[in-house]
Parts: sequence; C-alpha cells; structure tokens
Amino acid sequence: MSNIHSIGIVAPQRVRFNEALTLKSGARLPGFDLVFETYGTLNASCSNAVLVCHALSGSHHVAGVHAGQPNHVGWWDNLVGPGKPLDTDKFFVVGVNNLGGCYGSTGPLSFNPETGKRYGADFPLVTVEDWVAAQARLADHLGVDTWAAVLGGSLGGMQALAWSLLFPDRIRHALVIASAPKLSAQNIAFNEVARQAIISDPDFHGGHYAERGVVPANGLRLARMVGHITYLSDGQMDEKFGRRLRHGEHKFSYEVDFEVESYLRYQGNKFAGFFDANTYLMMTKALDYFDPAYDYGGNLASALARAQAKFLVASFSTDWRFSPARSREIVFALLHNRRHVAYAEIDCDAGHDSFLLDDAHYHSVMRAYLENISV
Amino acid sequence: MNPREFLARERFDFAVIANWIPPGERVLDLGCGDGNLLRYLRETKAVLGYGVEIDHERVLGCIRNDVDVIQIDIEGGLSGFEDRSFNHVIISQALQAMHATERILGEMLRVAEEAVVSFPNFAYRANRAAIAEGHMPVSENLPYAWYETPNVRFFTIADFEALCGKLGIEIRERLAFDEDGRAVTDDPNLNGSLAFYRLGRAPC
Repeated sequence: MSNIHSIGIVAPQRVRFNEALTLKSGARLPGFDLVFETYGTLNASCSNAVLVCHALSGSHHVAGVHAGQPNHVGWWDNLVGPGKPLDTDKFFVVGVNNLGGCYGSTGPLSFNPETGKRYGADFPLVTVEDWVAAQARLADHLGVDTWAAVLGGSLGGMQALAWSLLFPDRIRHALVIASAPKLSAQNIAFNEVARQAIISDPDFHGGHYAERGVVPANGLRLARMVGHITYLSDGQMDEKFGRRLRHGEHKFSYEVDFEVESYLRYQGNKFAGFFDANTYLMMTKALDYFDPAYDYGGNLASALARAQAKFLVASFSTDWRFSPARSREIVFALLHNRRHVAYAEIDCDAGHDSFLLDDAHYHSVMRAYLENISV
Repeated sequence: MNPREFLARERFDFAVIANWIPPGERVLDLGCGDGNLLRYLRETKAVLGYGVEIDHERVLGCIRNDVDVIQIDIEGGLSGFEDRSFNHVIISQALQAMHATERILGEMLRVAEEAVVSFPNFAYRANRAAIAEGHMPVSENLPYAWYETPNVRFFTIADFEALCGKLGIEIRERLAFDEDGRAVTDDPNLNGSLAFYRLGRAPC
C-alpha cells in the first residue's frame, strides 16, 4: 500500500458549455458553466477516470485544500487521496459542482443573459438526470469516454445510478452509497417542511431576494435544522447530546436549554451563512422527482434493465433517511436483471451521515471494491 | 488443521459440488463465506454466481475476491429473490448454523430448480465415539468446541433424509465421505463424516 496522505493544495477549474441544454422539465438553458476539481492523472488510455457526485450541500471540492485556506478541507477528503480508498495514485478523480449549485457552477445566483439580472427564482428546476447530462459534457471536455466508476452517497448515489441508466456504455462501475431508488412519502414530507420554511421567510421575496440584497436566512436555517435531524441517528444524538443542559439547569425560557438545541442552531446558522436558498429548494425538488421507475409503471427492475455497469451498493444500519431496505430495492432490481452487484450493509451508528465518515469497515469495503477495478 | 490441509479440504468440497453444476449456470450460494466456492465455480464452470452472507468480514472477503455478494440475513427467508431465478442454490456446510431449517430448505427450492446441500454428519462413527466417552465431538468436519461453535442445529444423515421426506423434497443424489475423503457407500449414517445432497421438489 502506498503512503496515505492528503492530495494537498488543489485549485478549482471552470468550463463553459455554449451549446444549449434542454432540461427534463422542458426548460432550456442557453449555455452553462461548471466548476470542477480533478485529482490524480488521466492515464494514456483514459481508463482511470472516476466521477464523484455530491449530495445536497456538497460541492466540487471533494479532496485536498485550497491555497491559503488550510481549514477548508474537501468534503470527502477521508476517502479520496494518495493511498486512500479512492486512490488518486491509481485513479483520475473528478469532482463537480452540479448545475444549479451555489459554488460557482451556473445556478440561481448566476446572471441570466436574457435579463442581465440574477436568475433567482427564474432558474429552471434541474433534475438528477439533468445533472448527469451536464456531467457528460464535462466528461467529453476532459476526454473521458467511459468512467471507470461513478460514485456518490445519498443524492450523489442517485446520480451514479442515473449514470448507469442514461449512459450505460459510459460507466463501468457504479458505487451507490446510502442512497435510494426514490424518495418515500416521509422523505418528501421532510423536504416540503424545509421548502416551506424558506418560502415563508419574509426575506424570500418569491425567490428574488438577491436583487434586494437580502437572504431568507431564517428559512434556510430552519430548513437545515430539520434536514440535519434526518442525517443523524436517534442513538447517535443521544450519545452526542443526550439531555445535557447548556447552563446546567432548566431556564424555563425559549432560549437554548438543551445541548442539542445549541448544536442545531449552530448548524443552521452556519449553513444559512453560505448556502443559497434557491439552490436548496431546487436540490430538494431534484431529490423528490428522482424515480427511474416512474416511466416503467413503478417497476424498478424494468427501469434498471438498461444498466450495464457493475455495482457496489452500500447502506448503513442506523440510516433511517435512506434505510438499508431502500438499498436492497436497488440490489434486487439489479439481481432481477442479472447484473453484477455487491451489497454491504455496514454497522455504523452515525445514521445517514455515516457515508461521510471514515468508519474502518466501510472504508475497507470501498477500498476492496475500488482496488478490483482495472484501469 | 494447517492452512494447506484446509485448502485441500476446501478444494475437495468444491470439486464435489462443482461436479453437480453444469457450465454457465446461474448459481446462488447461501452462507458463501469469502466467496471462494463461487470464485472456484466461476473459474472452472463459468457460472454467473451470487453469494449471500451475513458476516461483515466475509462480505468484505467476497468483495476482495471480486465475487457478487448480498449482505442479508437469510434466517428471515429469501424474499426479494424471485421464484426459479437460479439453476442451482447451494448451502455448503452452513445449514447447521441456521435456526430456520425448514423455511430455508423450502425457500431454496422456490428460488432454484435444484439445491445442493452439504453438512457434517453428527452420527459419524468418530462423533458417536466422542459422545460415548462423554464429550461433544470435535473433529475436522465439526471443528469447534461446544462453547464456541456457530452451529445451532445438530443432525445426522438419517435425520436430514427424514426431514426431506416430511417436506416433500426429493433426494436426487447423495454422496458421503469419511474423514479421509473416501466415498462411503456402506451405512453412510455411521461411516460418513460429510454428506452432500442434490435436492429437488418431489413431483406432485
């Protein structure tokens, strides 16, 4: 095994696509920018490229640090780097900020060329399939005909699955982690609470808050708080906070009494300070709409018949947002089609967010699978 | 048992089972361990094989072996696996480690046309001798002390065949071997240490 270390200082890149993109909704984007990062080197046969897809709040900054920002470590740095499970000594790894994102790719904060103003609420709703279509253009730009693998957790896993269906001959392996073939009514319900929190914020202004120089920070904060609860497990929250009191005694007020309240407020405030509300709304809709079986009368097995990739599907025992049963739906639909699939159900107490952690067994599974991918 | 002996025995089991698997079949291996049997069947018979395993380290072993594996607990049955979706389903020296014996046998013959079952025969001569001397048997085919054994069902060739009769399972072929790997035909319930069966649904 090679020496395990950080990829070090990385720099984002930007690419402009001038050809219009027709979205699943029927809307048309005249052109768009994608911001991305790459780690490792594309080999001569272009056979070692891996696409990492981000989840709801992620970005193109997957690994390493940006110059002058040593604390701004990539969101999946524990997995991606030299000697790490997704080994950048072997693979050429690409991270991209999805279309509609707020980290530099064209999105609601961008200027609409037709009006000269920020898109805001006029930015069309984009879907998982639209992201994949945009990512395919990035693959073309990078000279990647076929990805050795596309991987992601949660919403990122949905993109990996969508890649296997939209471009079955351009992806050799799909790693679908802590994901689901579609959202449940409960999942959609949580998203709707988050959206209503944002939309009902007086500073939302129908989504055109940027023109007025304000942000619906309260709504975004609430949206993140409710989302965050679904990322954690009951047991882990108990372990982390229990009923510990902030001030050592009950205050009989609506200020912070319990530590868990303090934690949620902190997470909410932090998030509201940098994330765009329109992007958040759109991401939750992309989640809600994702359902590859929709066009197949709800039959997932029929929907997955197109897939040719080999799959690693992994779930986490305490994930109640996308429970192991949701991953098994994908596994059995692949089995129906006699596709290659390995399914690991990993014991980890951190709920949905487990996919971002460096649990030893989880990383062993990832490493073992990725090591067997020929390049 | 040293590793070389273990490997030789494992290969012996694999060879017996592989003999019953035509090339290119779809095979499901329940309690597949590190996936060594499926890998062997892939390499020697070009099967399309899937393993089922509950143990985390063994699932990891399968992934290292590049063997398709599904981590679920089959004590609850094989829901999710479609009827007759496999040619053969194998349970190799794992049936004795499961509680839901009847259910799993029924499920096996639901998802596959034919089942291959192997298990250590508790009534083997050496095991009887150990009991007669007052101790639970520990042998090459029953290698665990009573306090650490993963086995939860202790049964014999005679017991198993009686259960097959009760469940309407047709025994299509039986092979028994002694501890030295010699085929046994004379009183296998006494002289057989390890038993292999090819099973199907009895015609109605």
